[in-house]
This record gives sequence, structure tokens and C-alpha cells, in this order.
Amino acid sequence: MRTPSQTVGPFFSIGLCRRDENELGSELRLHGRLIDGAGEPIADGVIEVWDASRRKWGRCGTDGQGMFEFTIDPPEPRLYVHVLARGLLRHQLTLLYPPGASDELLDSLPAEARATLVAEQEDGALRFDIRMQGERQTVFFSE
Amino acid sequence: MSDLVLPDDPDFGWEVQVDYPGYRSTRFRAPDRPLVTLPEELHRLDGPVFGEDDLGELDWDLTRQHEGEPIGERIIVSGRVLDEDGRPVRGALVEIWQANAGGRYHHEVDQHPAPLDPNFSGAGRCLTGDDGGYRFVTIKPGSYPWGNHDNAWRPAHIHFSLFGRMFTDRLVTQMYFPGDPLQELDPIMHAVRDPKSRALLVARFDLANTQPEWALAYEWDIILGRGGGATPPDID
Repeated sequence: MRTPSQTVGPFFSIGLCRRDENELGSELRLHGRLIDGAGEPIADGVIEVWDASRRKWGRCGTDGQGMFEFTIDPPEPRLYVHVLARGLLRHQLTLLYPPGASDELLDSLPAEARATLVAEQEDGALRFDIRMQGERQTVFFSE
Repeated sequence: MSDLVLPDDPDFGWEVQVDYPGYRSTRFRAPDRPLVTLPEELHRLDGPVFGEDDLGELDWDLTRQHEGEPIGERIIVSGRVLDEDGRPVRGALVEIWQANAGGRYHHEVDQHPAPLDPNFSGAGRCLTGDDGGYRFVTIKPGSYPWGNHDNAWRPAHIHFSLFGRMFTDRLVTQMYFPGDPLQELDPIMHAVRDPKSRALLVARFDLANTQPEWALAYEWDIILGRGGGATPPDID
């Protein structure tokens, strides 16, 4: 039996966002929006990104529009993404693939689900929105 | 009250119920589609490693981060970070944040009309030692109202964030204090349906670690990560 999870609550930024930690690379800008089941932006969330192949980690709190932003190097082959927020009793895990990516895991998913894991090219940056619920909910993985 | 605190359910499992209805903010935020199983080789991987460079000199002592001393009951909070087999988790980054003694966070969104304390920011960091041990000096946080339901008050708590050895050993949780009557009314705590698992969130009063004439002490061990002695395979 392990210690169970509890929500980060609304005030996590005093503990988790004390310094800028959103540069885990230098080549590419990654940004996106965290969106709840009513289509509203989540302004009190935090996104953590783990580039396992380069062993680079970063995190970024969402702003009033639910936006987060990182500087990364091109995913080889994927980035691990943790989502934490008020109202979320346990963090959720998803994966981020670059546009056009393909692997066994992606290919095993239905097209709509697969699309939630693949970032889009947007003005030279990567765009990766995360939806917590609904028909276009981001695929989250069990750990 | 019944819709806020559901009956205990030891069969639910040790983890929290993510869509627990008593905590209203889960409604539009808890994923409503089943989780997808990640292939084992994709999630047995090392996580980020933190070091002394990530710490400030007085990050472990929340009572000495300003010119003056904060108001409130000075406490020592210490414990060990262990895996399920009881082995220490060394070098884990432990981050905490909390309300001040009056139940107010040093955060612009917190509008609870309790006083801010200019000598208390309420955030700390440390790394676990070779025995998995961590230690903070802080102020006992106050309870505060939170608007989830009529006359809702959070039991006193300290937020904890931990990074263990494996990437999947990420944990964000809350430590509670023994004997707090608000715990039985709290939907966030009761979202952990198994009472044995929920009990792991409550610290123990720690007479042995008190410092006479200076501070009371609480001990809270954190079980982080699977046992079994498996070492991560090299992947990617």
C-alpha cells in the first residue's frame, strides 16, 4: 500500500512554480491550453514535461487562459506529460508525439484518440492542447 | 452530508477516487474516459534527478526565510520516504507548501479574510538523505473555509510533492495532523475510500523529536513507489 494522492489545490504555485523551469531544450517552442469538460480553460493547473531520452525535465503553471509554454528539443520519439490541477485528485499522464509520428502504441489507438497525442505545427512551434473530458478527451494512461 | 462523504470502501483500492463527487471541482476535471494501459517498456523508466543546486540554503526552514519570525505554533515535520518494501528512497525531491497559522496562503487568489504574515511565504524544499529521511521546520497551518459546500472548512494540512526514483513514482499529496475533527467532514480526504489508505495521510505526534522549550514535532512517512526490487530496464 502506497501513500495515496491528493489534489494540488488552487495555491500550488507558491510551492511548485517558484522559479522558471520551462526550458528543457532550446530548439522548439511548445505551447498549448489545458481545457476542462465544459470547454473552459483551466487557470490553476501545472504541466510537467519529461524528455526521457535526453533526461530533461520542466514544468509550467497555466495562466488565466489555461495556456502553458515550454522550450524543448524535438521529441525523440516522445515526451511524457503530467497534468496536475485543482479538482484533479491525482495527476494524469499523457504522451506528446511530434507531427507525423507513428509507433506501435499510436497505431493501436483509434484515429480520434491518436490525434490527441500528436502535437500540431503552428507558426514554427508545436501546439498541444490537453482536454480533460469529453469526446475529444486527451488519452491518459494508467501508471 | 451523505453526498459529500461517501461510506468507506476498502475494496476500492488504495488510490484516491479521481471522480469523487463530494469534491465538486472534480466534475469537469476528472477524466471521464477509461485510462489506457501504457506498455510496460514505456513506463519503466527513470525520472528526473534533482540535486543540491535545486535547493536554497534555508528552503528546509520556513520560519527563517524572512527578516522576522512568523506567527504561530513552531513545528518540526520529519519522516522517511520509503518504497513498499520499506527501503529508503534516497535523493527524492520533497516540495511543500501550506497556509499560514491563520489559514491564509501567500497567494493572490486566496481571499480568505485572515491576516497575511509578512514573515511567512509557506513554501519549502529538501532532498531525502541516505536513509530516505526529510525534515522541515515550519508553522502549524490553520484551517480555512473553501466554499465546496455549506460551511466547508479544510482540515489543517501541508501539501507535499515528491519525485522518486522511477518516473512513475511522482506523488502529490497532503499531510494532515492527528486529532483534527474536520477530517471526518472533508471530501478531499474521503476521496481515498479505503480507511487504511486514508490513515496514511495523517502524521503522528512525535514526542521524541520535539525540542523542549522550542517546537513540537510530527512524523510522517511517505510510501512512494512499488517494492519488488525491480531495477528499471534501459530503454529509449
